[in-house]
Amino acid sequence: MKAQTSVSRLELIGLTKQYPGCLANDDISITLQPGEIHALLGENGAGKSTLVKTIYGVVSPDKGDILWNGKEVNIKSPSIARELGIGMVFQHFSLFETLTVSQNIELCLSKKQLSQIDDLDSRINTLSEEYGLNVDPTRYVHSLSIGERQRVEIMRCLVQSVKLLILDEPTSVLTPQEVSGLFDVLRILSKEGCSVLFISHKLHEVTEICDQATILRGGKVVDTCVPNDETPASIAKMMVGDLAEQDAGYSKKEGSKTLFTASNLSLSSKQPFGTALKKINFDLKAGEILGIAGVAGNGQDELMAILSGEDDRNVGSALLMNELEIGHLHAGERRKLGMAYVPEERLGRGAVPDMSLTENTLLTHSKGFVSKGLVQWQGVKDYTNQLIEKYKVKCHGEFSEARSLSGGNLQKFIMGREIGQDPKVLICAHPTWGVDVGAALAIHQALLELRDQGAAILLVSEDIDELFLLADCMAAVCDGYLSPQVKTEDTNIDQIGQWMAGTFINEQASTTQPQSPTKEAVI
Amino acid sequence: MDADLIVQILFAAIKTGTPLLFIALGEVICEKTGVLNLGQEGMMLMGAVVGFLAAYSTGNMGFGVIAAMLMGSIMSLIFAVLVLHVGANQVATGLALTIFGTGLSAFVGADYVGKTLQGFQPIAIPVLSDIPYLGRIIFNHDILVYFSFFMTGLLIFVVNKTRLGLTIKAVGENPNAANAIGIKVLKVRYLAVMFGGAMAGISGAYMSLVYTPMWVEGMTSGRGWIALALVVFASWRVGRIMLGAYLFGLASIMHLVLQGLGLSISPNLLAMLPYVATVVVMVIISADHFKEKLLAPRSLGKPFNPRNMA
Repeated sequence: MKAQTSVSRLELIGLTKQYPGCLANDDISITLQPGEIHALLGENGAGKSTLVKTIYGVVSPDKGDILWNGKEVNIKSPSIARELGIGMVFQHFSLFETLTVSQNIELCLSKKQLSQIDDLDSRINTLSEEYGLNVDPTRYVHSLSIGERQRVEIMRCLVQSVKLLILDEPTSVLTPQEVSGLFDVLRILSKEGCSVLFISHKLHEVTEICDQATILRGGKVVDTCVPNDETPASIAKMMVGDLAEQDAGYSKKEGSKTLFTASNLSLSSKQPFGTALKKINFDLKAGEILGIAGVAGNGQDELMAILSGEDDRNVGSALLMNELEIGHLHAGERRKLGMAYVPEERLGRGAVPDMSLTENTLLTHSKGFVSKGLVQWQGVKDYTNQLIEKYKVKCHGEFSEARSLSGGNLQKFIMGREIGQDPKVLICAHPTWGVDVGAALAIHQALLELRDQGAAILLVSEDIDELFLLADCMAAVCDGYLSPQVKTEDTNIDQIGQWMAGTFINEQASTTQPQSPTKEAVI
Repeated sequence: MDADLIVQILFAAIKTGTPLLFIALGEVICEKTGVLNLGQEGMMLMGAVVGFLAAYSTGNMGFGVIAAMLMGSIMSLIFAVLVLHVGANQVATGLALTIFGTGLSAFVGADYVGKTLQGFQPIAIPVLSDIPYLGRIIFNHDILVYFSFFMTGLLIFVVNKTRLGLTIKAVGENPNAANAIGIKVLKVRYLAVMFGGAMAGISGAYMSLVYTPMWVEGMTSGRGWIALALVVFASWRVGRIMLGAYLFGLASIMHLVLQGLGLSISPNLLAMLPYVATVVVMVIISADHFKEKLLAPRSLGKPFNPRNMA
């Protein structure tokens, strides 16, 4: 094997994949050396996911060849990919929640691989120690945190002794501390000669860990670079084509009167694997944006549902809007009082998939377009077209069904629709999720305008960078607890990262314990 | 009430519960892979009539049982193709299968109504059947009852101890993830549905060859529906299905028990008991949303199309 170091681990030659109406991959050629950590960059829809699915055998290419260790291979299915030594960690984990860790891993192994392992549990324990993964084989997956689940996925690949590990946006669900843990694992793997293909949106991570980068745009390879020699800004330029205005941060404002209050909000989750909310307190002030950071699944969904009224349980005086108790009001009544809401799930909750954009506009617009019970269609259409134009929504027209839009475009439409109602209080999840740089800028501007007009805005997002950019005030959720609220200028990524990992929970608890005066002094 | 009567009642409960056990075992495997087949009643009736026909015309009971299982699988194959391949709605297709099976079985069996057979005879298992009370309750049955014991044990083992069991659970919980790791989701579902069909067939055969060895139109009288409730009642656990089947069996012979106690209640009223019990159990289980979601296979009733995996 030593003599073959000059042979590349993986070589893609002219891979092309055509989907109806969209050329996902156009003549893509990439080479990976053993031990190389290679970044695959590009905006949403650039064709990254299609490419890695092709390598992993989930998608079959229309044209092109794949060379594995110098030999041409035809990867028809994921099991063939795994036999070759290709492992993949998906963006949305492919774990089975009702099974244990070791059962999950066993399912992935072929009979031949399984027969080579005497005792799967002890093998998992050994690898767990070797790579510092800290994975317990006997636990059920539904009891694991997101970070732990990802480690299970990586373990699944390690057990099969992979030679190429593909990671699809692995860090988007992790706290900063977990990210550095992941990078340690990747570095060990790379030293052992395992190649890594790393998809990410976070450019500073790419410059930190990757040896090589390939940039995709519109299904084509537009550039390659050595991330070490570049800055995040220069890589971003390659991704979007022209230099987008990346402001260091918008001006911060301080709010005036409190428009919305949550006090001591505790609530169990309706979902079997959900997170209960625990004593949540926050104030939303007029003319201020509060950003809540947190890793997905720490109670954000439950919080959003109860704030918007989608979760119809009566929480009484725990929620106040404009000094009015709204805990017993349903979602429609809260909207009438001036609340707007952008849920995380766009298709199905933010918009009705089978309805046209015009109809979807009408759904949340109670004022103006209906007179004496009759719909003023022309008005709604004109208004919808304005939204489409202002937020650069790519679609055939105002008659397009919501389901026909791509995720990012639908997000732009929904954001525009909600902002356009001039709400007093806007509750919003992931404002620019999946949205390209240009449109994200438009959404940011609209949010700031809305703030300056005196609206109170709550943003819940996993994208810390964006929260720091937009929010005047910050907090973080972890395990259903909400951290204290601080001004954005008075905090930094490290502190919010610590909070996302839950450090504030112990701090809060210790303040109530009289026997630890030292800690109290620190706080 | 003397001990003898209690032994007889429990013996009868097992006998009455056996067709429920067969059909529910088939359905639970089917549902564990995420497919809800409401065609149980139709498949069972077709199994009953074809089993009777085959046994009556050949005089071979074993042949009747095999014919019933084959018929059940063929019926379920129709369902599988429509639901898994064409992507038809599972609920509507299942209901159609029941209506189809009810009609077709009446048509096929029209000439055989009222004819009778010498059914399977009880086989006392040496030594075990001599155990006081228990021997007479459990070890003095016909061969199909013993086969149902065996199948229950086999399925408990397969579901909990084997890779096949893991695969079945994985497909039912998250077919997309299962597909991503290379499990052939549709193949697993096809096989599970057809296994369900075969078990429904043998359940029908038990009705027409053992329980009342004759063919009467609609003779399964809703057992296919009770079996569906039984699966929920057992919260998709194979072992609990056996327990549930015998409890339901006991409920349906309750009038014997009450007569033994000297109570006179209309037998028609008592015949309702298993159905009332079903409703009560469904209400209790559904009341706890949280639990229901945790126990049920997550993809139950949802179609899976590998071509949509882009």
